[in-house]
Amino acid sequence: MMMQLINPILVLLVLSGFMLLGSSRLATCIRSVAFQGVLLGLLAISMQSGQLTISGVLLPITTAVVKGFLLPWLLSRAMREADTVREVEPLISYNLSIISGAVVLALALWLGERLQLPSQLPSSLLVPAALFTSLVGMIVIVSRRKALTQVVGYLALENGVYAFGAAAALRLPVLVELGILLDVFVGVFVMGIAIFHISREFDHIDTDKLVALTDRPR
Amino acid sequence: MTALLISLLIFGAGAAASLAFAKRERWLRIFGAGGIILGSVLGLVPAIGVALGAPPQSLRVAWDVPYGSLYLRLDALSAFFLLPTFLISALAALYGTEYLEAYCGRKALAPPWFFLNVLTASMAVVVLANNAVLFLMAWETMALSSFFLVTFESEEESTRQAGWMYLVASHIGTAFLFVLFVLLGKSNGSLDFDRFSPASNAGVLFVLALVGFGAKAGFVPLHVWLPEAHPAAPSHVSAVMSAVMIKTGIYGLLRILIFLGPVHAWWGWTLCIVGLSSGILGVLLALAQHDLKRLLAYHSVENIGIIALGLGVGIVGLSVDEPFVAVAGFAGALLHVLNHAIFKGLLFLDAGNIVHATHTREIDHLGGLLRCMPGTGVTFLIGAAAISGLPPLNGFVSEFLIYLASLKGSVSLGASSSVPMLATISGLALIGALAVACFTKAFGIVFLGHPRCEGAGHPEDVNLAMLVPGFLLAAGCVLIGLLGSSVVRSMGPLISTATGLPSILISRDLIEMGNSVARVGQFGALLTGVVALLSLARSKTFGRRQISTAPTWDCGYASPSPRMQYTASSFAQPLTESFGMLLQTREVLTGLEPLFPQRAEFHSHTDDPYRRYFFQPLFQSVSRAMASLRPLQQGRVQLYVLYIVVTLLVLLLWQLA
Repeated sequence: MMMQLINPILVLLVLSGFMLLGSSRLATCIRSVAFQGVLLGLLAISMQSGQLTISGVLLPITTAVVKGFLLPWLLSRAMREADTVREVEPLISYNLSIISGAVVLALALWLGERLQLPSQLPSSLLVPAALFTSLVGMIVIVSRRKALTQVVGYLALENGVYAFGAAAALRLPVLVELGILLDVFVGVFVMGIAIFHISREFDHIDTDKLVALTDRPR
Repeated sequence: MTALLISLLIFGAGAAASLAFAKRERWLRIFGAGGIILGSVLGLVPAIGVALGAPPQSLRVAWDVPYGSLYLRLDALSAFFLLPTFLISALAALYGTEYLEAYCGRKALAPPWFFLNVLTASMAVVVLANNAVLFLMAWETMALSSFFLVTFESEEESTRQAGWMYLVASHIGTAFLFVLFVLLGKSNGSLDFDRFSPASNAGVLFVLALVGFGAKAGFVPLHVWLPEAHPAAPSHVSAVMSAVMIKTGIYGLLRILIFLGPVHAWWGWTLCIVGLSSGILGVLLALAQHDLKRLLAYHSVENIGIIALGLGVGIVGLSVDEPFVAVAGFAGALLHVLNHAIFKGLLFLDAGNIVHATHTREIDHLGGLLRCMPGTGVTFLIGAAAISGLPPLNGFVSEFLIYLASLKGSVSLGASSSVPMLATISGLALIGALAVACFTKAFGIVFLGHPRCEGAGHPEDVNLAMLVPGFLLAAGCVLIGLLGSSVVRSMGPLISTATGLPSILISRDLIEMGNSVARVGQFGALLTGVVALLSLARSKTFGRRQISTAPTWDCGYASPSPRMQYTASSFAQPLTESFGMLLQTREVLTGLEPLFPQRAEFHSHTDDPYRRYFFQPLFQSVSRAMASLRPLQQGRVQLYVLYIVVTLLVLLLWQLA
């Protein structure tokens, strides 16, 4: 019964990626990443075959809570404190973002087909969806101007990696998985603080304008 | 091995203590210098033992680094190179306690002491390492610590530039060494030195080693960093670098030769050519210099050339199975390593004394220092005579061995093999004669006559801590010179490690050489005795006469000044003129235009020809080519991430497609 949930979850994951690319409001971006986090928790639970173990349930729930609620809350707080314009301010237009998302999806599907994985997967969509989510994170990092959106992109990238981990059926020990989760949490925490300080120092969190700090002769 | 390990630990402790006592200058001096002196003295004991024939020692500890192991081995070759390392480092440290005093309060003194400790330890590990990873790590540590020592006075633009140049040259050399060791490791399956066996691509490996180690040793044309870095560094550091550090290049070459198996004659020829060009160009450029320490730096190039000549002759001898030539060549080269360490250390320390007392390195500003700095003057004279290869001092012994090797080779070898031998003989003679001219210039202008500049008037001689190292080194020059034959005879274990020849053969040849050295040495001592007697007689005869001074007859000119004495450039002019083709000295003469000229100026400047006509155009064109990549660097984080993403994606697609 659980296995049938996998494909819908993956489709939702892909759709949330497009939402991330297409939305113009920062809050929506954060929400779509949060949604991805919850989806990943569900995905991890539904991947479990056979008996549900306590760690097999608790770990995905922790993931969902951290990625779906704690980190988004941190980001929203950073957004409020940095008192920034609540627009995404992309370097390329939204349409172009969506189109590049479609290109990346095609690429991910093609790659997913070619990639040799050691074990049998419950769904053929798993690898493409994971790759797509990572690549969307990359696009967000590359094409958005604000430091905050770069953190969002980083989170999406991390989500993709997590989904890929599930796809590669890596049976990681609990401690390692918790460690990774803690890493991401601390990373976002530090970035949130850094964003706050950047905005206080320069009155904006516009990485575009940080070009002025370069040592490149002009 | 325990003693050596403890001495390495003492260097480490000295380095740590230098940092800990950074603010307390007295403690800093005691611990910084004390670490080096104590560790060196302790390390000298096993080094002397093994160099004289005690069995090799080794120590191996497993290490987490891939392919690496903490594998130290002390054989006769390493032990022999440890001797100058410890000796010169200890004396330089003693010297440094006073020399750095001049910077007290102006500059932080913890870094030079820290890095000198690190440098000494890393040089010791370089010659002890028996694993390529360990060797390269020590090699890099050595390069970096000496870089920080060179750039001690980093507020000077010229010092920073010298430092960069040294760093670049050193890393280019290391790049070749990486390739060398990777190739050796690939064909042998291990990076431990004792697993390396003769390889089929020995020629390629030899060339890699020649370039890689030659950059450190200062073979022409890779010498360009030497005349920049040595003058820039504090004098005791120049002494360590010139006397010991550049010799690690020679050590590396010798060590690699042991792995490479049977030698080819063309290796010897190549080394002879390298040696001749380094020797002749080095001494010619030295002749044209106005800066005392730069002059000494070019003499390092010259002496490295002499060492390469000895090695070249020795290798030719090995390749044609002529043991006497091989033994004499290797013995001459190796002994010259030790001798050069002693007299070049001495000369750099004396140059340091002069800089310390007069605050200038310009030879043309100095003069008459022998009267006010007798200690420095006499030791400089001994060092100068030794470096010129005059009997009965130590430089003569090693050069004589190389002469002996090439004489024997040119007589007993076939016509084609005797060509490099004859070239070596004539080249050595030319180098020796030019060195005599150069040091006559340096000593005569700096120590005789009258001060040529107001500022360099009548300084006092430096204090004892700066003089004692010089005295000891001068005594070393005389001792090795007088006891030349016994020194030569005791080199058996060393030569047998370096050449792989049977030791009975070697000791027979060495005894024969020792006898020749003794004969010539006795003659030299006799000559010196006669000269001493004559000068005694002279002072007896003229001692009672009144000495009065009067101005020199100057064709009626009213007020001659000390600046009208011979200058360094005018003294050397006949020689630099006749080698003008090679030197390309630029001369600027202004102000002699109108009928009654008011003020005239004359400058002459000799650039390093390789730097000016080879490296500068080369690096400029590289930098022009690189400038076209400049647009890639936009300073936008997003763009940089994009580069990474695109690279990764392309790699992924390439792998999967």
